This record gives sequence, structure tokens and C-alpha cells, in this order.
Amino acid sequence: MNTNNETRKTRDALHDEFLKVWGNPRGWHALTIVNHTTVGIRFMVTGGIFFLIGGLLAMLMRTQLALPEQDIIEPKLYDQLFTMHGTVMMFLFAVPVLEGLAMYLIPKMIGARDLVFPRLSAFGYWCYLFGSLILMSSLVLGIAPAGGWFMYTPLTNNVYSPGPNVDFWLLGVTFIEISAVSAGIELTVSILRTRTSGMALLHMPLFCWYILVMALMIVFGFPPLILGSILLELERAVGMPFFDVARGGDPILWQHLFWLFGHPEVYIIFLPAAGIVSTLLPVFSRQPIVGYRWIVLAIISTGFISFGLWVHHMFTVGIPQLAQAFFSMASMLVAIPTGIQLFAWLATLWTGRPVYHVPMLWLVGFLFIFMIGGLTGVMLALVPFNWQVHDTHFVVAHLHYVMVGGMLFPLLAGLYYWLPHFSGRMPSDKLARWGFWLTFVGFNTTFLVMHLTGFLGMPRRVYTYQAGMGWELPNSVSSVGGFIMAMGIAMVLLDIVLHFRFGRPAGSNPWGADTLEWATDTPPQPYNFISLPDCPMRHPMWDQPDLQTTIAEGHHGLSEIDHGRRETWGSDPVSGAIREIIHLPGNSWLPFYSALALSVLCISLLTRTYSMALIAVVASLLLLLSWSWKNCVYLEADSAVKPGYPPLHSRTFNGPGLWGMVVTLLADGALFLAILFGWLYLRVVAPNWQAPDTAPLAWLPLLISGVLLTVATFWHHFIVRRLRAGRDDHLQGQLWGIAVIGLAHCCVFIWAWSASSLVATQTAHDAVIAVILMYQLFHSGLAVIMTALQAKRVAYGYVGKTAPYEIAVVKPWWIYTNAVFWLSFLAVIMLPIAWRSA
Amino acid sequence: MIPSLTLPSLIITLSFLSGCSGPQSILNPAGPSALAVSRLWWGMFGFSVTVLLVVMTLWIYAMRRKPRPLTEAQADRINQSWIIGGGLVLPIAGIVALLSFSIPMGYRMLPLPVAGQSVPHIDVIGHQWWWEVRYPDTDIVLINELHLPAGTPVDIHVTSSDVIHSFWVPRLAGKIDMIPGRTNVLRIEADAPGQLLGKCAEFCGVGHAHMLLEVQVHTPEDYEAWLEAYEYE
Ligand code: HEM
Ligand SMILES: [Cu+2]
Ligand SMILES: [Cu+2]
Repeated sequence: MNTNNETRKTRDALHDEFLKVWGNPRGWHALTIVNHTTVGIRFMVTGGIFFLIGGLLAMLMRTQLALPEQDIIEPKLYDQLFTMHGTVMMFLFAVPVLEGLAMYLIPKMIGARDLVFPRLSAFGYWCYLFGSLILMSSLVLGIAPAGGWFMYTPLTNNVYSPGPNVDFWLLGVTFIEISAVSAGIELTVSILRTRTSGMALLHMPLFCWYILVMALMIVFGFPPLILGSILLELERAVGMPFFDVARGGDPILWQHLFWLFGHPEVYIIFLPAAGIVSTLLPVFSRQPIVGYRWIVLAIISTGFISFGLWVHHMFTVGIPQLAQAFFSMASMLVAIPTGIQLFAWLATLWTGRPVYHVPMLWLVGFLFIFMIGGLTGVMLALVPFNWQVHDTHFVVAHLHYVMVGGMLFPLLAGLYYWLPHFSGRMPSDKLARWGFWLTFVGFNTTFLVMHLTGFLGMPRRVYTYQAGMGWELPNSVSSVGGFIMAMGIAMVLLDIVLHFRFGRPAGSNPWGADTLEWATDTPPQPYNFISLPDCPMRHPMWDQPDLQTTIAEGHHGLSEIDHGRRETWGSDPVSGAIREIIHLPGNSWLPFYSALALSVLCISLLTRTYSMALIAVVASLLLLLSWSWKNCVYLEADSAVKPGYPPLHSRTFNGPGLWGMVVTLLADGALFLAILFGWLYLRVVAPNWQAPDTAPLAWLPLLISGVLLTVATFWHHFIVRRLRAGRDDHLQGQLWGIAVIGLAHCCVFIWAWSASSLVATQTAHDAVIAVILMYQLFHSGLAVIMTALQAKRVAYGYVGKTAPYEIAVVKPWWIYTNAVFWLSFLAVIMLPIAWRSA
Repeated sequence: MIPSLTLPSLIITLSFLSGCSGPQSILNPAGPSALAVSRLWWGMFGFSVTVLLVVMTLWIYAMRRKPRPLTEAQADRINQSWIIGGGLVLPIAGIVALLSFSIPMGYRMLPLPVAGQSVPHIDVIGHQWWWEVRYPDTDIVLINELHLPAGTPVDIHVTSSDVIHSFWVPRLAGKIDMIPGRTNVLRIEADAPGQLLGKCAEFCGVGHAHMLLEVQVHTPEDYEAWLEAYEYE
């Protein structure tokens, strides 16, 4: 009895100590919170609200379509409705909610205390919120984008869509995508570098594999659309003709860029949802998942395959037949990894001893709906069939079967499953069942008949239709079904709201789950775990039933907190062996202010007040730089760690920052590849490509500027090597030297550009070159600024022999900038010379 | 599970039986391309329904059955055969079967030269929101109507003067996009004289819903007569 009391006391004392360091402020200061639990919940709640808004828009559309030749909604508004419905569902609901769930769960599942870049999580959330508000405001003002969620140009250029409608989409969505990419980077590095001691890659819960691949897909998949949006916005605002046929552009380039993003996007949404299925099924089958390695393989191959399919959205564009056959075949290949997962789930149920709970209902619903969506997907991959049903309501039915079945149903299963984790209470069984059945029946009533509507020849995106085509009955049925589904969703909401009050307490680990997130308190504390357990196993909660207690009593690693630092393990990406202690930053206003400055930029671009935009750019730059200045490097004595512990990450060369930089550069590289793709594509395919007879840029000054850049890069590389060898004499001076050479490179570069004969608004040729030059200058300029800042930090004593971390982070940026330069040189200067002489 | 499915499946079966014959229905083909696609569909439909039913039945049975205790080795064997059978063999066999039908079918729909016959062509130009139809070698220019001879293949050369549209006469063949700066070709053929409907299939702005095309199919003799009569008008 006495010892029990004793442990209770130490436990509470530890908790209080941890809360002093990790606690979340209240009131206004809640805006400074960077903790992943809070940010994750914010993402999910905001996304949930956008789901309701998107659903409302859908209901308006279904009302209009219920009967033929109605004019409740005029075409101008209807076009805004379907565009915004699609945009909201894809960009404001599906991706952010899943990211939010991942942000909430991942650190808990891998035994970490927070994500690796907490301020970036908060920044991502504010970008998402502000971007969404800007986008939604257009609907309120009645000037929402109306070109469909894939915004095909020329319909969306400034000739056929004058007015700011399209700008709202381009700028708002780009802003939201910044948030998605930052979450992608953060999740990748967190999963790879912050797993708790001993958790090797193949010990990770499957959910982490799904999120890892999703995050990497975001990193590679979003940049093409970011690029496309920037180009289209440049065409609209400045007149640079990337997509204008008359001046050597090509509207089909937009379609390629969009679907290079758009197809992976579908899997970005599906994979986490499948991850939910793979997490829940074994728990409810009372046995480990069958075929863990098979599933990992399937996830990874889905990721790869999904980048090779985009053309199946463009089969009616008139692409060469051979290419069509190739993409048709590639599209069908995804059936294989999907089949593997499906049958692994089936096998898990088959050899397990399944128990019934509400989440299981949603999983069965998922299976049925998603199977139908998948089967019609395979049909759509067949080119002749696709030519018939493309852009009809058959496709609308298909995409909803995939999205609702492959995302919404698993999400709701997950919501019910983790609800006790969020709130510590259980939902009501009865309401939950009503919610499920109404949603399920409503959904199928709406969308099953819609396949037929498509067969009867009804195209999508029509605000009304004539009587006598046979479309009346199926449309009315769809509309009734829509309202049934809405009632189902309302039930689910009601259940969730009520459970906060009336739900019975869940206790710990109510489902008997195997993964570490159930070893936290429910609801969780901001620090997740008082001590970080070793976890060289796949099912920690099944193997060590007392884990929750021993963690809370501080029996595992990193349980000291008197130093006042937020700490978590940094570990080896493959084996999970501990490498360093990651010192995480605490709450900060910087993410909020930076996102605010960026949204001012966004608004001023929308209203075309460029002086304001310039101020906003400077403000954002200053904020972001001061962010990089205020990081967690302390040289003072308080950086000491307990004997026997690994060093703080700032004492290493290979810390999380370097990984963050490299993953960022992967995204950046995807963007650059998309630019090069555009350059080569237009050159080969654009109907009126016009290239000047003489080279527009003189090669010699460019060559000189490139040599200067290469010298700077090598010098930087050299000082990193010296630092590794423990030498930091003249470090500051050398950094200044590098910055000066870099600056010289920029100056020569600008001079070469200004002496050129480029007129960016005249031909697509000149416009693309101008974009490549801008891209280069941005990177070179930032390299110089970062290096100069490093020199300052050496002067302050923040960086040096003992804390070499940051200089190692800047190094890849130099290498990347250098690579971009020479690749561009090749593509813009050398290739045309070869072409001209050929 | 069962009650929830009866309603929608009843509705869909009923409407399939009654509704396939709509004036714009692709399941009511009036030309060889559309006929091929509708056959393809019924084949795929049968295959898909079978797969769906089998997997759903297995899944629900797996949830309800009480497995006898298995040794680890036995369980592994069962699991392997599920994954390999369902995850590899089934999809690969399905894909091979589908592609071996569809690739030759798609090939036959292409506007390739026909031996011993010159395929006439008609130019169709999309505008916001109407169709301009031109018969080359004549001065005929029509708005929102297209006249075709029955029983012979015709190549439709499409392009656009503004935004992207898409040419689609559902009962004849699939659709092809009309893109500014490019000309795409779609081969169509109507079996018999009569009235058909065409519709713009790519969203092209506020008038998209009303961008309709009337297609009049004549017997070859009537068609010749129509062409000549038009010339003299
Ligand atoms: C709540 C039930 C829903 C209903 C009743 C509904 C209804 C509709 C309707 C009527 C359209 C317009 C079709 C057209 O004219 O082309 C549409 C389009 C679309 N929906 Fe939904 N929807 C629902 C849920 C969802 C969900 C959950 C998602 C995604 C996660 C989604 C994604 C889309 C997309 C991407 C489009 C295409 C938009 C476009 O054509 O630009 N919908 N939906
Ligand atoms: Cu796709
Ligand atoms: Cu149209």
C-alpha cells in the first residue's frame, strides 16, 4: 500500500515537472502552441468543418439536379458550386484531415514526444487555415473559381475568365499546398529519425509505413501543381504565355502538370485511409496482421506506380496511341498492390477471431464501396471504354466510390476507433449504428444509380438537363440518397458531440490494441510519454501489458526534465538505434506571424496591389530568417546531458535539420524537374513553338557566373570537411568569403540576364527561360543570405567546432543550387545549340 | 448488409431494364464503335459483379466463422495462398484478359486508312457555346447540326476556336477533345438513318449544359441528294 502511494506520488511529481516544460498556454497565447497533439486536432477539426461545407455545396447541387430544367440555381453559381465542392473536398478536407491524423498519431506510435519540427507543424496549420479562409471568402463574395477542380486552361486564362475568380484558386490552393508539403517533409523526417530506441523500420506499425509513403508522395507529387499554378498565375497577371497556343505555349501542358499531381493525390488520400484499415483490422481480429512484409511492399509499389499513371485522365486529349496503351496497362497495375492488401486483410480476418465493434461496421462498408470504385477504376483504364464514359456521371460515380469508400469510410472507422483516445470516452453504440446505416444506404442510393445516369449520356458539370432523356428518375433517386447520407453524417456528428458529455469513460486501451499510442494517457498529455521505452518489437502493448504504467513512472529513457529542455530520441533511420538527443523548440509566435505575412502576400497578389506584396515579401523573409536564427542551439553549460547519453543534435553533423533540408530539396527538385519537363515538352509538342535563330543569352558571362558558383560550393564543402576534422580556425572569415563569391555570381548572373534579348511576355520560349532564371536566382540569393547569417552566428559563438550542425545543413543547399545551375545551362544553352546545328 | 443493398440494387436493375434505351444512351448503340464498347461493358460488368460478390461473401464469412485452432505453420500456409492467389494471380489474370480484349478494340476504332476506300471527312469547330460544322470541298457551313451518311465510316476533324470542348455522340462512338491549336480526328459510323444527339462533354463555361448537336443520319442516296440540294440553295 505504502509503495503504491509512493509511486503515485513520484508519478504525479514527474507529470507536474514535465508539464512545466511541455504545457500548452491558454488564451491568446494558445496561438503559439506548436505541440503535435494540439496541431493535429486543429487540422482535423478544421478539415471536418470544411467537409460539412463541402457537403452543403453538394446538397445544393443535388437539389438543383433533382428534377429536369429547374432554375433554383443559375449556371454561373452552379459552376462555382461544383468547382468549390471538388476543391474543398480534395484540398481543404481530405488531405488536411489525414495529415492532421498522421500528425496526431505518428509521434505517439513511434514513441516520440513531438514531431521533429514542431514550429513547422504550427506554420503548416496556419497556412492551411488562412489559405482556406481566403479561398472560401470568394464563395461568400460570389466570385468563386468556376473552372472545375482541375482548372483547365484556356477556360481559366484571363481572356475566358477575367476577374479574380481563378486567382483565388491558384493563390489559395498554392498556399494550402505549402502547408501540405511542409507536413510531408516533417512526417518523413519524423518517421525516419525520431523512432524510439530499437524500433527498426520493420518494427514500425504499418500505419507509419503508409504515412511515410504518403508523405514522400506529397513531397514529389505536389510540386508539379505548385509550379503549374505559379505559371498560370504568371500568365494571368503578367502575360507570360505558357499555355497560350498563339505564342508558342500549349494548354495541354497544364493538364500534364495538373495530373502529374492529381493522380498521386488520389493515392495520397487513399494510402493513409488504407493505413487505418491495416491498423484496425488486426486489433479487431485479435491477431497480428497477415503478410506485414507483403503489405509494406504493396505500399511502396503503390507509391511508385501512382506516378506513372497520370495520362489516364487525358485519354480523350489525342495522345499517341502507343502512349495510351502504355498508360492503360500501367493504370491496371495498381490493382496488384491493392489486391495484395485486400487479401491480406481478408486472411487476417480468416485466421483471426474477429470481435464486433462499431469501427468494424465502417470497415465492411469501406470494403464494399471501395471494391466497386476500384473495379470501375480498372474499367476506366481501358481506353475504348474511357472514351465513352469520360467526363460523364459515370466518372462522378466512380470518383465518389473511390473517395468516399477509400477515404471517408476508413476515416470514420478511425474516428470511432481513436475517439476514446482523443476524449477518454466511448461513443454510443446505438447512434453510431444509425449513423453508419444511414450513411451507407444514402451513399449507395446516391451514387450507384449515377453509373447509369452516365451511361444514359449525362455529362458531368451540367447545371441542368432536358426532360425526355431518361435522366429524370436516376437523378431524383440520387438527390434523395444525398439527403439520406446527409442525415447519416448528422447522426455521426451528434454522436460525437454527445459522447463528450455522456460517453462512458474509456479506461486505458479500450480495444486491446497493440500499438504505442495507447500507452499515453487518454486524452494524451502534451509530452505523450514521461519516459521513452525500448521498442524492438511490432506489438509493444500486447507483449508488455504494463507498459503504460512503467512509462508513466519514468522507468524508461529520457525521463529527466530538470534541464528544462523539450527532448526526444533521435535514432538511426533503419535500425532505430539511438544516435542523439533531439532538442525540440517550444511555443512560438513565429509560425503564426509568418503565415500571416504570407497571407497578406496572397491577398495583395489577389488584389494586384504589388507595393503591398513587396512589403509582405520582405516581412515574410525577415520572419522566416529570424525563425532560422532562433533555434535550439545553446553553447552554454546547460547543454550538458546525463553521462551515458548521446549528445544533443546540435553537436552532430547528421541531425534532423540535415534530413529536413534534404527532403525539402527533394520537393524542390521535383519542382525543378517539372520546369524542365515543361521546357522540353513545349519544345517538342507545342503547335506554334517559336525559338529565336540566335541564342537569347550570351553563354560566356553565364559560364563565368557558373564557375563562381561552383567555387563557392566547393569552398563550402571544404570548410565542412575541416569542421568534421575538428578545425574551425578562420571559420567566420571563410564563410564571409563564400558569401562574397556567391554574391559575385549573382551579380554576373543578373547582368547576363539584363543584357539578354528575352521578352518574357512575347513567346513561351522566353517565358520559360525567364522562369528558369528566376528559379536559379532565388536559390543563389538564398544560399548567399544563409551563408552570411552563418558567418554572423559564428561571430556570436552559436556555430563552431562544438556546434557544427547548421553549417552541415546549409551544405546541401549549395550543392543543389550548383546542380540546378549546370542542368539549366545544359537545357537552355547547350541543348538549343545542339538542336540548331542538327 | 442485405436490406441496405436491396433498395439501390432494385432501383438500378429496374432502371437498367427500362432505361438503357435512352436517346443518348451508350448502351443503345447505333454504330460499330459504340456497339463494341457496350459489349465490352457487359462483359466487364459480369466479371466485376462476380469478383465483388465473391470477395464480399468471403469477407463476411471470415468475420462470422469460428476458425479451428491452427498451428503457426498451417496459418502461414493459408495466409500465403490468400495473398498470392488473391493479390497476385487474380489481378494479373484479370488485367491480361481485359487488355487482350481492349487493345485490339481500341486499335480498330482508330482513324486508320481503309483499304480500297477513301474516308470522307467533316470539320467540326467548337465555339462557346455552339458547333460549327463544315463540309470540305463544299461551301456548306452548319450550326449545331451534323449530317451523316449511314453505313460508311466518316472522319470528324475537330478543333476549337476558344476553350477546350469535346465532341461526343454517345450512341455512335467515344468522345474526342476539341483543343485550340490542334486537330484531333474521330472515326464514326452510323448503322442506319435516323436522328441522334451529340453533346459537348468537356466543361467549357456557363453555356456548357446547352451545347447540343443534332445529328441527322441519311441513307447514302439521301445524303448525296442533301449535299447537292444544299449547294444550290
Ligand atoms: C456528401 C456526399 C457527396 C455528394 C452528394 C456529392 C455530390 C457531388 C456532385 C453533385 C458533384 C458534381 C458532379 C459534376 O457535375 O461533375 C460532385 C463532384 C465532385 N465531388 Fe462530390 N459529393 C459528395 C462527397 C464528396 C467527397 C467526400 C469527396 C472527396 C473526398 C468529393 C469529391 C468530389 C470531386 C473531386 C468532384 C469533382 C468536382 C469537379 O467536377 O470539379 N465529393 N460531387
Ligand atoms: Cu488517376
Ligand atoms: Cu462544353
